[in-house]
Order: sequence, then structure tokens, then C-alpha cells
Amino acid sequence: MKPTPSQTVGPFFGYALPYAGGGDLAPAGHPDTVVVHGHVYDGAGDPVPDALLEFWQADPDGGLDGLPGSMRRDHVDGSFPGRDGVRFTGFARVATDADGHWAIRTLPPGATGPGRAPYIAVCVFARGLLQHLYTRVYFEDGAADPLLASLDPARRATLVAGAEPGGARRFDIRLQGDRETVFLEFR
Amino acid sequence: MPDSQADIDREIADIATAVAKAVAGGEPEPEHVSRDYRPYRSSVLRHPHHPLILTAEADTELRGPVFGVTDVTELDRDLTRHHLGEPLGERITVSGRVLDRDGRPVRGQLVEVWQANAAGRYAHHRDQHPAPLDPNFTGTGRCLTDGEGRYSFTTIKPGAYPWRNHTNAWRPAHIHFSVFGTAFTQRLVTQMYFPGDPLFRYDPIFNSVTGEAARQRMIAQYDHDQSSPEWSLGYRWDIVLDGPAATWMEEGR
Ligand SMILES: [Fe+3]
Repeated sequence: MKPTPSQTVGPFFGYALPYAGGGDLAPAGHPDTVVVHGHVYDGAGDPVPDALLEFWQADPDGGLDGLPGSMRRDHVDGSFPGRDGVRFTGFARVATDADGHWAIRTLPPGATGPGRAPYIAVCVFARGLLQHLYTRVYFEDGAADPLLASLDPARRATLVAGAEPGGARRFDIRLQGDRETVFLEFR
Repeated sequence: MPDSQADIDREIADIATAVAKAVAGGEPEPEHVSRDYRPYRSSVLRHPHHPLILTAEADTELRGPVFGVTDVTELDRDLTRHHLGEPLGERITVSGRVLDRDGRPVRGQLVEVWQANAAGRYAHHRDQHPAPLDPNFTGTGRCLTDGEGRYSFTTIKPGAYPWRNHTNAWRPAHIHFSVFGTAFTQRLVTQMYFPGDPLFRYDPIFNSVTGEAARQRMIAQYDHDQSSPEWSLGYRWDIVLDGPAATWMEEGR
């Protein structure tokens, strides 16, 4: 069957798709919590304040089964009480703020198989972007990973979240231009 | 000086002519949207210049997030019941199936919608279109597909609204859809349009899908059998997700 074409997420998704605690994958206070954050930039180098990012990853043991409860609802009043604080769902969703910045708090993904570098899969939506883009957050520049190994060093660097003082990881997404992020397709 | 509708019309026509020529020359009609579509001005600085990297080595992306009964409430699918009063406008139901490219139902996955109210205004601070807000309509909903991949929403037919792509730019009425497949590679965000809208030919976002047949796949059909007597008008719209699915999951769940 022929696929339904994509259309931009538009400027007004902000009251529909993001939800409270959308970036808080890690149970509160978990000692292994890592903050991953960055900006989204357009081709002029300006921050993109109306982007939406989704993250999907293996759990710390490399498991890819995921769990429901990412956008848990209160069935009494319909509010978003947040996740249950126990189960790791593997999914996060955050919008960029007025400065084009985003952040998630997660647990490091485990390797999903021998010789595979762990990564977080990312899906990028924005006003002006007619079809979402996929990329990956790697934590190490592991040349053993087949995708990383296939890229020249400058492009490869766009997929690796650098460590900041204090332990946060920095991952900027450039939609276009000089240091354009590597975007992926799957067939 | 801002572009006129005539400027945009010319650009849309030029691209359509180029696509028609390519199709006449034996190329397949485009199935997807073009990320680089200049008549939609916001796309100019927001599409990659590098070709996408084809990745054979994917395992994470061939699985995807899981949603369940904890993530939706029964009321979420009825956008007309989120406030104390009835929203203004034409009450409609929109229903259909979510399928993969092989026509298999996508079961138990999350479908989210958002839209303007009957007057063409979003319940969003940045929407400053001087049309009335409706205190009884927010315009967001979600549901999980059932065992046959079916989804269903009750809502109000959204109005057309102006935007600033060019002078006198108006969007045809649409409902925004966000759909998850069984794999992250099947993710889809799109817009559902209503049949016979006179604004189609003027809208660069609708026309960013340059294949005629592909554009038709974004338009719902009026279905009289889905209308409820003295209550609501029914529209049908099936959604087909592209991208590889993890076929081994057929046995699993
Ligand atoms: Fe819209």
C-alpha cells in the first residue's frame, strides 16, 4: 500500500504533544542519571524555538521491549501526574524552549548486542520541516560501530554527545549548514 | 516586500511542471513530501543539504515506544467533551485504520490529534488570528488503535486560518495527526484534509507533496454511513505507515 505522506508538525503543536515530565526518563534520584541537552539550529545558525524531539532507547541492560507509562494520565481528572517513577519506558518527548534549547534526564542505554555501541535514537520535528529527521546520540566515538565507522571524522563528530564539566552530555542538532548533523534513513 | 499569492502560485506551478516532466520521462510519481520546498518559506533553512545516510545497522529503531491504557483516558478521543459546555461548530467523527505498507493493521499504537476550533483559532498563545477562542474547545485528543488498527475521534470541523507565509495566505482546514507504528522507523506526523477544499491549490504545505495521488492520500472521505442521525457527520481516513516494520514482531505481540 502507498504510504500517507508526512506534513510539518507546524507551529502550534505545543499544547498537544509535549507533556509534563516528557524528558524525565530516569526515575527521580537514580544515581546513574545522565543529562543530555543541546540546542537545535537552522541553516543560518539561529536557534529553532519550535522544534519537537523524541527519544527512544534501550534500557540500561540493552533491552528494547519498552514499557507503557511515558505519558501516564490521571483517570480521575485527566491530568498528567508524570511517570510512575519506577519503570523505565525508553521514550522521551521534549519541545525546544524559546532559546532553541532542550534537555532530557535518562539512564545510559545498554549495548543491544555484541560489538554494538549504545545510542539513543532521535526523531526531530519542527515548523518548516516537512518530514521528520532521524539521528542518534552516541556517547563514545566508537570506531567499531558500523555507522560511525562509515563516516568521516567531522561528520561522525555530530553524532557524539560530548561530556561537559559536571557530567552532562551536550548534543546540538544542526538542521542545515556547515556542521550539519548526520541524519539517517532506514529502508 | 512580502510575496504575493501570485508569486507562490508561480513557484508551485513551476515545481509541478518539473515533476510532471520527470514522470513523463519515466520517473515514478513522488510518494512523499519534499523537505526542500521553497514555496513553504520556513522550509528553506530547515532541511538538510547532505543526503540522508542509509543505515542497514539498526536495531533500536526497528523497535519503538510502547503505549497502553495508562497513557490515555476514555474521554481523550472525544474532543467535544473536554469542557463543561458544548463547543461551537459542526460536530464530526473522524475514523479509519492505521496500516503498514503490507496492509497489516497497526494494533495498540498511539494516535494523537490537534486542531484549530471552528473559527480557525488554536488554543495556543502564539496564535493571534483575530477569530474567537471557544471556551469549550481545546482541540487535542488521543487514542490507541484497536485490534484491527482502528482509531476514532469525535470533534468539531476545524476552520481555515491565515498565516504569514505570504500575503493573503490561508491554510485549508486540517487536523494534525501524530501516529506511532510498531517500529520507530514508522513514525508519522501529518495533516488530514477535508474533501473539496477550495484552498488546496493555494497552499504550499499541501502542495509540498508533489505527487497528485500522494496528495489525495491526505484527504479524508465523507462517509454517510459514518454519520449519526441528528448528531454528527462522518469522515473516513486510513493511514498507511512507511518505513521498515520489525516483521518478527508479528509472532511476538
Ligand atoms: Fe495547523
